[in-house]
Amino acid sequence: MSIRETFDRLKSGNEMALIAYLTGGFPSLEASMELIRTLSANGADIIEIGIPFSDPIADGPTIQASSQAALEKGVSLPQILEAVSRIQTDTPLVAMSYLNPLLAYGRERLLQDMKAAGFSGLIVPDLPLEEAEKGRGTESGWKTEAIKHGIDLIFLVTPTTSEDRLRRLVDATEGFVYCVSLTGITGERSDLPPHLSEFLGKVKSLTDKPAAVGFGISTPAHVRQLKTMADAVIVGSRIVKAVSEGEDLGSLIRALKAEC
Amino acid sequence: MTHLPDASGHWDRFGGRYVPETVMAALYELEAEYERARSDEIFENEFIHIMNQYVGRETPLYFAERLTKKIGGAKIYLKREDLAHTGAHKINNTIGQILLARRMGKPRIIAETGAGQHGVATATACALMGLECQVYMGAVDVKRQRMNVFRMELLGTRVVPVESGSKTLKDAINEAMRDWVTNIENTFYCIGSVVGPHPYPMMVRDFQTIIGREARQQMHELENRLPDLLVACVGGGSNAMGLFYPFLQDADVKIVGVEAAGHGVHTGKHSATLCMGSVGSLHGAMSYMLQDENGQVLEAHSVSAGLDYPGVGPEHSYLKDNGRVSYVSATDEEALGAFRLLCETEGIIPALESAHAVAHAVKAAADMPADQIVLVNLSGRGDKDLEIVEGLV
Repeated sequence: MSIRETFDRLKSGNEMALIAYLTGGFPSLEASMELIRTLSANGADIIEIGIPFSDPIADGPTIQASSQAALEKGVSLPQILEAVSRIQTDTPLVAMSYLNPLLAYGRERLLQDMKAAGFSGLIVPDLPLEEAEKGRGTESGWKTEAIKHGIDLIFLVTPTTSEDRLRRLVDATEGFVYCVSLTGITGERSDLPPHLSEFLGKVKSLTDKPAAVGFGISTPAHVRQLKTMADAVIVGSRIVKAVSEGEDLGSLIRALKAEC
Repeated sequence: MTHLPDASGHWDRFGGRYVPETVMAALYELEAEYERARSDEIFENEFIHIMNQYVGRETPLYFAERLTKKIGGAKIYLKREDLAHTGAHKINNTIGQILLARRMGKPRIIAETGAGQHGVATATACALMGLECQVYMGAVDVKRQRMNVFRMELLGTRVVPVESGSKTLKDAINEAMRDWVTNIENTFYCIGSVVGPHPYPMMVRDFQTIIGREARQQMHELENRLPDLLVACVGGGSNAMGLFYPFLQDADVKIVGVEAAGHGVHTGKHSATLCMGSVGSLHGAMSYMLQDENGQVLEAHSVSAGLDYPGVGPEHSYLKDNGRVSYVSATDEEALGAFRLLCETEGIIPALESAHAVAHAVKAAADMPADQIVLVNLSGRGDKDLEIVEGLV
């Protein structure tokens, strides 16, 4: 199922999508593939797989630690692509990676192999719109190439994004708009940021594309509060923490999904 | 070449703004304010006034006569950035950026530091202008450069040890970026070299070109000609860009940047990013970098903490590819040899960073005729390195 179809299906049932993040290769490559099944079986509608990177500047301590642990085990992007290609799931998969591992793999080959492995989308937090649109010589940019290969290139919008940029970003993004709830890095927070409803309202007024909100979304209560404001919630650090501490992941996902 | 970077901050395929969306607005704001400031006479005058009255510029262009005799080749001149306040060229940039931060009304300053020189220079500028300052420093560097930690604290700065990753400069930059993303509204990020997203590489270069502009004028006064060879060390590359930039159009001036070869460029323990690296995206810019086959950033090594960085400024990458500047390397051992040589022949204790430039310069000068001139950027003084050198003896 595509990202679009997933949102259409949920919308007709007046449901929010739960987008569950896990770090690829954490706690091990095999275990992380097993986690995809667990997330999917317990109600995750879209699964975001983080590609570990040595210098994750947008991530807080939880995801940093999981990335470092995966790298120390020798996990790499080629291995993750290969492992994902072997699992069968109807749940749309989105890769989240900093730019450099993608460049090292090679763009053309990456987009082909992602598609073949069953990925639907790609989030690159350090590839802003300007750079994604920019081609070089006869070579086109990331945005054009992603469309060509049928991979949704998903852009992030933040509370510091100007209205003009916001318009361009919601226009450019495919699949959904990734709304970063706060000015900051990933990680659990006790409360939702104060101006979130205003920010999401602004995004929704500019586009019909689904708005997914992430960063700091950690509890079923957060999800409940977002029910009327967004089309999807993205939960990351809370899930990674559950994995690293051996909590019952299934019941966490069910509790989050119950509020969607 | 003066039209580069282009409007989007690129030197051909290098540079750009590869950063999270949260900081894009701040980069545009900074770029706009910098454009206004650089054409504002009041800003320029204040910068020059502080450079002259506080930093102690201009720094001398010194003919190293005994060194020249000892080497027996081209005349060697030293641009004495080691005599600038705080003991290195770093202050030129921090005064410029902190003036800009004050103009933008940002009350809080953050910076990263490796050896501590940029941290000290930022702390100094913040003390001078009464701004709050917080410096991120890798936990490993905090230990090996503890006098600089104490200096920063004396200057009223809070030093935050960074425990993530390799606990050195690259991780300090990561942590400073995370702080910036979080406190973007009231915080100015004072980057210490010609690295990072646009407009930093251009802006830091511009503040540092005071080195090259002075040197050019001084050389004209002393020798009534241009030098034949410029030499500077390259970590991130700010002292080198500062010296090189005003000479880029002079086709007869040969220009060489010296990277740190550490234990040797084939040992895997070096910081020779341009000599041995490949192109990728690190800390907001496309440039040469040290990385493995999967695009993971490698740890750099050098006896000099200021060169110990797996990235390099994008303009250097451009100058390497177009051939205008040659990049070579000097090992830890060669740098230590040059360190001693300068101590003994000239009574100047250079920073270990600058000793890399001296190492190459004496090698090159030996093969050049006596009527030619080598100009070396002596980017900093070596007091900070005494413990390290003592430990190696």
